[in-house]
Amino acid sequence: MAEAEPMVVVDELHIVYRVYGAGGDRGTAATALLRILGRKTRGSIREVHAIRGVSFVAYRGDAVGVIGRNGSGKSTLLRAIAGLLPAEQGNVYTTGEASLLGVNAALLDDLTGERNVILGCLAMGMTKQEAKAKYQEIVDFSGVGEFIDLPMKTYSSGMGSRLRFAIAASKNHEVLLVDEALATGDAEFRVKSQARIEELRKEAGTVFLVAHNLEEIEQTCNRVIWLERGKIITQGEDVIGIIDRYIDASGGKPVERDPVTRGRIGPRVHARTVLARG
Amino acid sequence: MSNDRRLSAPGRLVAGDDLPTSAVATADLPDEPLAEFAVAHGLRPSAERPPIRNYLRQLWRRRSFILAFATARNISMYTEARLGQLWQVLTPLLNAGVYFLVFGLLLHVNRGVPNYLAFLVTGVFVFNFTQRAFISTSTVITNSLPLIRALQFPRAALPLAYVVIELQQMLLSMVVLAIIVVATGEPVTWYWLLAIPALLLQTVFNIGVGLFVARLGSQVNDFSQLLPFLLRTWLYVSGVLFNIATLSIKTHRWIVVVLQLNPAALFITLIRNALLETQRQSTPGSQPYDAQLCHVWATVGHSAHATKQSLLDSAYCHYYADPHHFWYYAIGWSAFALVLGFFFFWRAEAKYGRG
Repeated sequence: MAEAEPMVVVDELHIVYRVYGAGGDRGTAATALLRILGRKTRGSIREVHAIRGVSFVAYRGDAVGVIGRNGSGKSTLLRAIAGLLPAEQGNVYTTGEASLLGVNAALLDDLTGERNVILGCLAMGMTKQEAKAKYQEIVDFSGVGEFIDLPMKTYSSGMGSRLRFAIAASKNHEVLLVDEALATGDAEFRVKSQARIEELRKEAGTVFLVAHNLEEIEQTCNRVIWLERGKIITQGEDVIGIIDRYIDASGGKPVERDPVTRGRIGPRVHARTVLARG
Repeated sequence: MSNDRRLSAPGRLVAGDDLPTSAVATADLPDEPLAEFAVAHGLRPSAERPPIRNYLRQLWRRRSFILAFATARNISMYTEARLGQLWQVLTPLLNAGVYFLVFGLLLHVNRGVPNYLAFLVTGVFVFNFTQRAFISTSTVITNSLPLIRALQFPRAALPLAYVVIELQQMLLSMVVLAIIVVATGEPVTWYWLLAIPALLLQTVFNIGVGLFVARLGSQVNDFSQLLPFLLRTWLYVSGVLFNIATLSIKTHRWIVVVLQLNPAALFITLIRNALLETQRQSTPGSQPYDAQLCHVWATVGHSAHATKQSLLDSAYCHYYADPHHFWYYAIGWSAFALVLGFFFFWRAEAKYGRG
């Protein structure tokens, strides 16, 4: 590993969310007044310690899968790597721009698909010329067709997510962070979008992938980090071994594997269905 | 399996802070401290606040995003309405209509001002620009949290975009205003062009204030509750409804001067002077002091049947703040607000994602 080039270094990272008005008192004016008179600090601030001392190094060419149950801090970790959430303690170091794949938040449902494509591209940091150059490619990829000049709120949910994905995936990133369920839409589009993620992955230096679909992680990642309650349970390059233990720990049915290739045998089991049964 | 020891019964993981982390968790970390290791390989903290110069450059690179974002929000604001974008013009028009109904038809008030209706509507529109910028930027960070937590961009782009939204609305209001001003009998003159630099200065001021308020609002949630009262007070002391120079505070002249030099009053006065000939002619101090004429204005000026000529006589009274210096004060306010607001906002750049 000595000559490998590190792309992301996470050093004893702690992330804390503060939630206001999370209960505590009855929330009436009277209790608020009593609190101020009693010089008490606001009782209704709750701290959620989402990441608690995580450290790891990712190198160029790594595809790191992040697994763990809902609320274990996976998405928070990705946002911290992208520099979108300030650390309470510790630090995240990256080479250049680490970006989340996704522009949903920048788009406005009231506007036409056409305007949203340009707006999304500009939000991701493209220049006007770059955005215009990418426009046709994005529209073709999304398969939205003539609906592109209708407001996005009129789209079916599949159409909307296809367009959102097409916009998000139009830019290459040095450190790419992919959070969940991107391969949406019908079967045909799923194949197309998985191929596009694969392409992006190859062009990017390092990829982080958060997914409940463990098979996807098994297929695409060479390393895996298992988070639970904001801490790393285990991490390493034995992707299949760690995933099997994760499934075991969450009470799922063990995956039957071919003893030689360690590939899956029989019906494919997704973590989502596993957890539902457990 | 070897991991049986670390894990509790299937379906439930060990709870609490004593959550075990296996030896593998730290196995492939380098020996040296991670911070040194990262710096040695040329890595930089991801949530670092960039130096001002870089920050400005990033912001400049995002200029088309700022514009596109502002335009998009402006358009989406009225998509639900049947009349659509027409509301952008109808809103200021209806606003002016209310004032015409009350002050033009029902009350015959002049408050010592010739052409009171145009005076009032100009004041309301100009003040509205700053007021709306204030209100919208005070919640911009909280409202845009999903965006801030999804994409990396200089956060100052958001308050900037919100001020641009208000500017776009203001420009439409100015068209409506021009029509009203002409309809009340004011001539179109070259002075009108002075409204452009005045509006520009006001926009710069609004940007500065917007940046300041954006950070304040993101950290002190109670601020947006207090804001309406602050703004209401500001409205009343900025001479929107009356001419500050005609206040009858004879003992404390400095109060009048301070009111006249507050930024909102300055921008209002500059734009009034640009658009309204009656204002230029009646500003105290615009004619050499004449005790007799000034006295005439002071005695009959406020009555409902004062002639236009007697109202213009206020020009012969003493001035408080020198009207010739208003432009310098306006430039000063704008520069001060911009520098302070930008610096204040930039200082917290890495923290806006916290919410």
